[in-house]
Amino acid sequence: MMSASGKRMNLMEGMPPLPDNPIYLDNNATTAVAPEVIEMMLPLLTEHYGNPSSMHSFGARAGDAISAARDRIMALVGASLSNEIVLTAGGSESDNLAIVGTLRAYPEKKHLITTTVEHPAVLGLCRDLEQRHGYEVTYLKVDELGQLDLDELRDSLREDTAVVSIMQANNETGVLFDTEAMGQIVKANGSVFHVDAVQAAGKLPLDMQKSCIDLLSISGHKLHAPKGVGALFVRKGTKIRPLIVGGHQERGRRAGTENVASVAGFGMACELAQGGIEHENTVVRGMRDHLEKLLLAAIPDSKLNGVPDNRLPNTMNISFNYIEGEGILLLLDRVGVAASSGSACTSGSLEPSHVLRAMGIPFTQAHGSIRFSLSRYNKMEEMDYVAAVLPPIIERLRMITPFNEKRATF
Amino acid sequence: MWDYSDKVFDHFMNPRNVGVVENPDGVGEVGSMACGDALRLTFRLDENERIAEAKFQTFGCGSAIASSSVLTEMLIGKTLQEASAITNEHIAEELDGLPREKMHCSVMGREALEAAMIDYYKKLGRGVPCDLIKQSTIICHCFSVTKDTVKDAIFNHRLETIEDVTNHTKAGGGCKECHHDLGDLLRDCWDKIENGQDTGTVAAQSPEAVEGTGGLQSLGSLPEKKAGPKPVDHEPKDAAMVARIQELMDQDIAPNLHRDGGDIEFVRFNDNRVYVRLTGSCAACRSSELTIKNVVEAQLHEFISEDLQVIEVAQ
Repeated sequence: MMSASGKRMNLMEGMPPLPDNPIYLDNNATTAVAPEVIEMMLPLLTEHYGNPSSMHSFGARAGDAISAARDRIMALVGASLSNEIVLTAGGSESDNLAIVGTLRAYPEKKHLITTTVEHPAVLGLCRDLEQRHGYEVTYLKVDELGQLDLDELRDSLREDTAVVSIMQANNETGVLFDTEAMGQIVKANGSVFHVDAVQAAGKLPLDMQKSCIDLLSISGHKLHAPKGVGALFVRKGTKIRPLIVGGHQERGRRAGTENVASVAGFGMACELAQGGIEHENTVVRGMRDHLEKLLLAAIPDSKLNGVPDNRLPNTMNISFNYIEGEGILLLLDRVGVAASSGSACTSGSLEPSHVLRAMGIPFTQAHGSIRFSLSRYNKMEEMDYVAAVLPPIIERLRMITPFNEKRATF
Repeated sequence: MWDYSDKVFDHFMNPRNVGVVENPDGVGEVGSMACGDALRLTFRLDENERIAEAKFQTFGCGSAIASSSVLTEMLIGKTLQEASAITNEHIAEELDGLPREKMHCSVMGREALEAAMIDYYKKLGRGVPCDLIKQSTIICHCFSVTKDTVKDAIFNHRLETIEDVTNHTKAGGGCKECHHDLGDLLRDCWDKIENGQDTGTVAAQSPEAVEGTGGLQSLGSLPEKKAGPKPVDHEPKDAAMVARIQELMDQDIAPNLHRDGGDIEFVRFNDNRVYVRLTGSCAACRSSELTIKNVVEAQLHEFISEDLQVIEVAQ
């Protein structure tokens, strides 16, 4: 690996040629738009560009597209009524509408509960509510495997708890929460129960008809629809006040002309996702498990983050001790593999992933954590390719680091 | 994705002089696992006291590895006197620039160089030449904060406790090993403040003989007074101005800071000076001075008056 002078390393030496197509393993960040989705969208941008509120055929075509999409979104989450689906501009808006909309509907209640490992869409909002709006927030802790304690939830509920917001599946580790058990505890207290299912939708079956969840957020771009579209399931009879006020759209719960083409695409993506749930849990899970097994076996001082047997089928988060994630990602990118990291350097902040830190993962592991998140478009041979290129990348970066099992820090 | 130059990529993917020099004349170790960046720099001098060999080991991102690599190339062939003139800006320039958020990687290089040179002089039993440490030594290794940075903060903001220092500079926020040194530094600075020797900036401070990161003698005792909320005092004639400032802070400035987990508090107003306190993540932010200038002062200038000056006070 050293050049003739012995002074220059080549981290890329002996790496296989780039694959024909880049290998995209960052599907929890965003996904490729499915060809069927694009096909559904195009006519709504070219010919049928009407405003669904208009009284002419252009408007009618657009309105039909929205209503067909709404039926498909309903089917994915198992809603029983079309007006239980409020269309939004994505996961963050759905989360904000759920939480702020509930707080506005119950102005006398000043407490909410969430977890330390939520997505920033919820955590950032909760911090703002605490700091600027006089709300009290309880953040439920997780254990070293990323799991919540139902007793802590039970003990945290108060008479003035307006809403409890908990994710269905963690975006970084894929760890699943038992939202049904939690929902029963929350409902017994008379609080509204919101679930952020942005990562779970399309990967796990959802059935709101059999659930005690009041509000459920989903996002288009995590399931092969375009960015900028999402939905909030609002159970019939759940009080919620709008964030965006204006026109009558979404029955006054979200004003603004519908994002017709994207909504139609989102609907198609939901239909494809629903049909693909079994595939996710067999084929995609199989690829994930295959890659995971190969990497953990081939790379010493590597460790899986999160409870192994209760995760999203597409997600794995592995820590490679003593090295930093950004270097791993840059080298992976050079060999045509896209993944993400919980390291501080990749986020531009000083702290590594809040999720891994909340799990008590030590710094030696948190900085070198890599998340691989698969989709139905991945192939088994791609897993073999990653399993071939990653071990030398880790080994070479470990030749550069001053740390090892004998000396974990200065 | 960061906008790295080709040169950063070259040094990251083809790092020069990786490893540890055998029988080194100087060893510098800075950073830690906790802060996500660490560098061990070793060098060996030839018979003419020029750096014959320099090697590095780095834990950190691509730009940290590149900064370390390019530093070793810059060092080889130089005397220690020449090497001491290498600043973090030089390291960044040599890499055709670094993204603003990544400048700390070049700072780490400069700090490791300094630490290695100090190690060399200490091993020889010689005093460390003052000009060699003109960029000051690191007092907090977790967050690579120099002693001058801490002194500056103590004098300019009249910091009284280690907690104040941590909130202002991050120093002492990690492993806490430097708390003893920070306590000494606080006592030293307050002694000067009480004797009227400080001018509000560190410019007037004379360089002391530096031994590692400690070495400051305890020169006096800290005032007992704890920093706490200070009463808002402003002249009645300023009431309208104060109301405008407070409104702007609450409605426009604070929400911007909230997005990064920070917050701001209006403390008092006097003679066109707006005293504020940064809290939350802003208090611990290395770029809080930039926040004050680019966010707070800029907004006050745009919406209220160009004459206002913003001054940050301790937590």
